[in-house]
Amino acid sequence: MHPIVRTTIQRLGLGVMTLFMVSVIIFSSIELLPGDFGEAVLGQAATKETVAAFRKELGLDKPATVRYYNWISSAMTGDFGTSFSGRAASGQDRSRAVVDLVAPRLWNTLFLAGLTAIIAVPLALFLGVTAALYRNSLYDRIINATTLSTISFPEFFVAYLLILFLASLYQFFPSLANITDQMALGERIYRSSLPAMTLTLVIVAHMMRMTRAAIINLLASPYIEMARLKGISKGKVILHHALPNAWAPIATVIAFNLAYLVVGVVVVEVVFVYPGIGQLMVDAVTTRDIPVVQACALIFAATYIILNLIADIISIITNPRLLHPR
Amino acid sequence: MTEPEQTYSAAAEVGQIRARRTFMERLRIGAKKVPLSAWFGMIVIAIYGVFAIFAPLIAPYGEAQVFSTPYAPWGGDHMFGTDQIGRDILTRLIYGAQNTIGIALAATLLAFVIGGGLGLAAAINRGLVDQLLSRCVDILMAIPSLIFALMLLSIFGSSVTSLIVIIAVLDSTRVFRLTRAVAMNVVVMDYVEAAKLRGEKLGWVMRKEILPNIMPPLVAEFGLRFCFVFLTIAALSFLGVGIQPPTADWGSMVRDNASLIQFAQYDMTAAITPLLPAAAIALLTVAVNFVVDWFLHKTSGLKDEH
Repeated sequence: MHPIVRTTIQRLGLGVMTLFMVSVIIFSSIELLPGDFGEAVLGQAATKETVAAFRKELGLDKPATVRYYNWISSAMTGDFGTSFSGRAASGQDRSRAVVDLVAPRLWNTLFLAGLTAIIAVPLALFLGVTAALYRNSLYDRIINATTLSTISFPEFFVAYLLILFLASLYQFFPSLANITDQMALGERIYRSSLPAMTLTLVIVAHMMRMTRAAIINLLASPYIEMARLKGISKGKVILHHALPNAWAPIATVIAFNLAYLVVGVVVVEVVFVYPGIGQLMVDAVTTRDIPVVQACALIFAATYIILNLIADIISIITNPRLLHPR
Repeated sequence: MTEPEQTYSAAAEVGQIRARRTFMERLRIGAKKVPLSAWFGMIVIAIYGVFAIFAPLIAPYGEAQVFSTPYAPWGGDHMFGTDQIGRDILTRLIYGAQNTIGIALAATLLAFVIGGGLGLAAAINRGLVDQLLSRCVDILMAIPSLIFALMLLSIFGSSVTSLIVIIAVLDSTRVFRLTRAVAMNVVVMDYVEAAKLRGEKLGWVMRKEILPNIMPPLVAEFGLRFCFVFLTIAALSFLGVGIQPPTADWGSMVRDNASLIQFAQYDMTAAITPLLPAAAIALLTVAVNFVVDWFLHKTSGLKDEH
């Protein structure tokens, strides 16, 4: 078998394995709840019968392996059960299906993340590569100092600074990103501009530093030195010698930061009251609505793992040493 | 008659100087080499430390003392005004230093005890223990830590203890990886082998033979981890699931006073109020980063140039 195919399959297998283990961890979180959480959800006045019915609905009378199988197989089809909120002690059930809560917000979050990625990735790559090429110049130093401070700032600090200057003091953008389905695309982009800007600032700093480090590392390798000594033009050195080896680190940097974006989105959504999945998860944590928390955690973790997996696979299939095996 | 032999040895001349430098002299010489950014960092950290330790003595009012006017403007009795239920902002800022830094420090220390201990154990006992621990850590690291922390907090509830333990456990995975990696290079040294042959126990080998030799990267990592933990706790508190009221804390202070920002056009000082705790967080992380940068530079000769 071609070494690339073999390595890719191995890596895919490992990824699926990780996803499985992570889903087990997320599932078992409900096992860790104290035994009387039925009463806690339904309220003090809940009768024995309603609590028993609630436990039966969750399937707590069945062994954990069966419940895991049921949970994961319905989660695959998009059914995450019903939310804990909206249940009354009298046994009345006004709870909503988790998927109805998650689905519209998931699209909003993906919209925000996509908008950020479209701006941030080219910008960061450009800044990183130019900073690496003009290393130790004034340009490099300024970019470095700016990004180091942006990294050290908490996301909400960056967000509120932007609100203070761009929404409050000078009203260029709305400070609330309350988008709805009915809005036109332009309106949606306008309203999500501040959250997208915050995420861009945070992520460009990380991505640019990693790109810079990867490129500097690459330019220091002996074969680049050799190509330069041969007298090849600067552009050709970069395109023919550096770039084929740079795809792997660049893909890793991009995927790592998109994965970081998935997490960064939580805080930013809360700041701007953006109706996304991150805010939903925080609300569910506050009210201890475990099915919603589980669904959100599973989505976040799966995105994170899959992005990292894609980066690994890209770095495997662009690896020149594997492409041309001896 | 024999002439006294004219010999010269540089080693002897160097060896002649008996007086050793005192501790203070060495400190002064060392201090001259410290760059400006690291000085800035150390001074800022020291100031934060003083405020955190002596918070009850420095703060003008009590931590949860409520005054009659909520959202009072700056100046007068309250230097930075009061918050949404009339608590003095300056006092809350000072107590916040104690709570936020204290919890972050405790979580980082715990993370190093867990991660460092297991990492050393894995590096010494290669084989099954190492495999098992490394795979567990791989899986834990596959989940973004903020998401994992949120999930665990929803189960165990937001108390200070559960906050410290959850963050420490999640963070110990990174410490484990680093400790294992650096200890791996030391474990194969002859002196470790000698100590093992001498019949020293595992604890001795870990503490006396390996630990002193992997200290510099671990100390630098401690600084970086502290920043990370500090930011995570601030983020969790900001989200309302971290440190709970009435305990003063910078993250939740930002959240509570955030609505003041919209008055920037009328009263700039009011609009800055919610940014004060956020700036306090940012300043401390920048300061720690500066010191860690200098420390890494100093101990490993790590340089960003080729």
